[in-house]
Amino acid sequence: MIPQMYRIEHRQEEYPGTFTLHLSPEQDDSDAFRPGQFNMLYAFGAGEVPISMSGPESRDGSLVHTIRTQGQVTAALERLRRGDQVGVRGPFGNGWPLEIAAGSDLVIIAGGLGLAPLRPVIYSVLRSGIQTSRVRLFYGARRPAERLFQSELERWMQALELVQSVDHAVDEWQGHIGVITDPLQAAEFDAARTVAFVCGPEIMMRFCIRTLRQAGVPESAIFLSMERNMKCATGHCGHCQWGPNFVCKDGPVFCYGDIRQWFNIRAL
Amino acid sequence: MMQDFILQAGDLDLLVQAIRKEGFQVMGPVLRDKAITYDTVASAADLPQGWTDRQEKGCYRLERRDDDAYFGYAVGPHSWKKFLQLPRRQVWKARKDTNDIQVTEITEEPPRMAFLGVRSCELHAIAIQDRVFVDDQHSNENYAQRRSNLFIVAVNCTSAAATCFCTSMNAGPKVTLATDLAMTEVIDGDEHYFLIGSDSYRGSQVLRQLPVTPSGKRHEEAAARGVQNAVRQMEEGPRRFDSSDLKELLYRNYESASWDQVAERCLSCANCTMACPTCFCSTVEDTTDLSGDHAERWERWDSCFTADFSYVTGGPVRADTRSRYRQWMTHKLATWHDQFGSSGCVGCGRCITWCPVGIDLTEEVRNIRELEKPGPEQ
Repeated sequence: MIPQMYRIEHRQEEYPGTFTLHLSPEQDDSDAFRPGQFNMLYAFGAGEVPISMSGPESRDGSLVHTIRTQGQVTAALERLRRGDQVGVRGPFGNGWPLEIAAGSDLVIIAGGLGLAPLRPVIYSVLRSGIQTSRVRLFYGARRPAERLFQSELERWMQALELVQSVDHAVDEWQGHIGVITDPLQAAEFDAARTVAFVCGPEIMMRFCIRTLRQAGVPESAIFLSMERNMKCATGHCGHCQWGPNFVCKDGPVFCYGDIRQWFNIRAL
Repeated sequence: MMQDFILQAGDLDLLVQAIRKEGFQVMGPVLRDKAITYDTVASAADLPQGWTDRQEKGCYRLERRDDDAYFGYAVGPHSWKKFLQLPRRQVWKARKDTNDIQVTEITEEPPRMAFLGVRSCELHAIAIQDRVFVDDQHSNENYAQRRSNLFIVAVNCTSAAATCFCTSMNAGPKVTLATDLAMTEVIDGDEHYFLIGSDSYRGSQVLRQLPVTPSGKRHEEAAARGVQNAVRQMEEGPRRFDSSDLKELLYRNYESASWDQVAERCLSCANCTMACPTCFCSTVEDTTDLSGDHAERWERWDSCFTADFSYVTGGPVRADTRSRYRQWMTHKLATWHDQFGSSGCVGCGRCITWCPVGIDLTEEVRNIRELEKPGPEQ
């Protein structure tokens, strides 16, 4: 399976070391994707990395990916500019179960870069792609300046309930300070109506799930997106195994009720 | 129903040549580097006639047999997977011009291969890899193409190495899965022949070219005795165990003290994963030339025993040997059932023989069982 070439139409620096690429296909046969799915992005000669779609579902095959520079491949992607080409294989994985969120009190919980794979869900909600009775976004980040999509966050506040928390605040910060579980703990949940989508560092997801469970949200209504090393994204390279699951083809989104026994084993 | 015939041992080369004449490259056992490995076979003279292998934990020795058996050994360090899932292959090449990147897939005309001397455990291993690479959600085209033309000559085991435990994994020693030709080597006094039967149209096309004679009850009984000998060796040996509850056993024992104990000996060297006929993991290497305008992607075998294997931002998920050995063995014997509907182990014993510190998977299973004490926290 070889990558299809895409061209960078627009490049947005989110904050230093984190950037968003808007890509348009060089051919017509690109596949539609579902929120929560990911692509393997290829930087010429450097290699591939799995990156979630962070943009809206589109008809013209355009893609949006938000990337944080961590290693050699993401560093090569960071150096690319408008007009440069990126290789894309995908879409892979299952995506968020939007059909389950329909009619629910949707609670979206994102930590740091974890907001990127959840942004297509927010777009879908805002465009009434799914009807929910209530939508709340809990977003935790290190610092106010290290939040993704800052101008959009302002706009989203008009349409959904946004709760933000940062580890290190600055003077003008209006939100919470500390871990995102604190405001989550203080929130009221209609447990029977709640559906939660969670994405962030595993330790953050662990404590968020604990809080949701204490509030009575059933395991079957909590969904989380996992990250593991991936080379092929087609279930053949073996790298993303997590207990009996292949994160690439069985995930990356899992229902907590299905994977609870694996989530709590260290170094699995 | 397979009808069996007698092929005299002296005519074995006619079988090799008949398969070659059908357009197949014959792969089979050969003596190389003091071991019986798999490579191209041009004639029956290339086969390890008169040799056997003595195997134990961390030990493999070639020895002379006191007869002229062609297939009088168990299994060597190689498995057939090296011909189906290549240890190293180029996947694509890419070229960058001023404004464009062109990616070109590396395609090859897959060789028409015949495997000569496939054991029952190895047939099971190939079937297991088929479920990973062909029958799953995505298909691995390179594997699928190499696999689709494959001609298989299976050989029943009439003796087992000390490391063999296929009976415990329900994978042998008698060939039961589909092949093209299946045979049993019999040496009985002055007689030396193969009981041979075809299991496919292609197999029958080869068989009809050979100077075979109909088999008699006497021949069939002698062949059955040989297979029974291998069964008895394994059933009476120390490595026999009950595999029926392995998945549940290992799922209950992710925190067994046995993982700490084995981690004290395991070198994380990856030998077991390289020798295993079902281990399928791979990684990729991306490179450019010095001009920076030409890039390549290569795929090669990988092992869950390396630190890189589970690397994510911040470090490897499995940072220690304990978690890596646990991943390997639990995958092989337990999670494989949930992933692909069968065990990932066929009982060939290669991981035992080729472990440089002599870790024995069957002992580790026993150790986990013995250390399991249902506590109040269960």
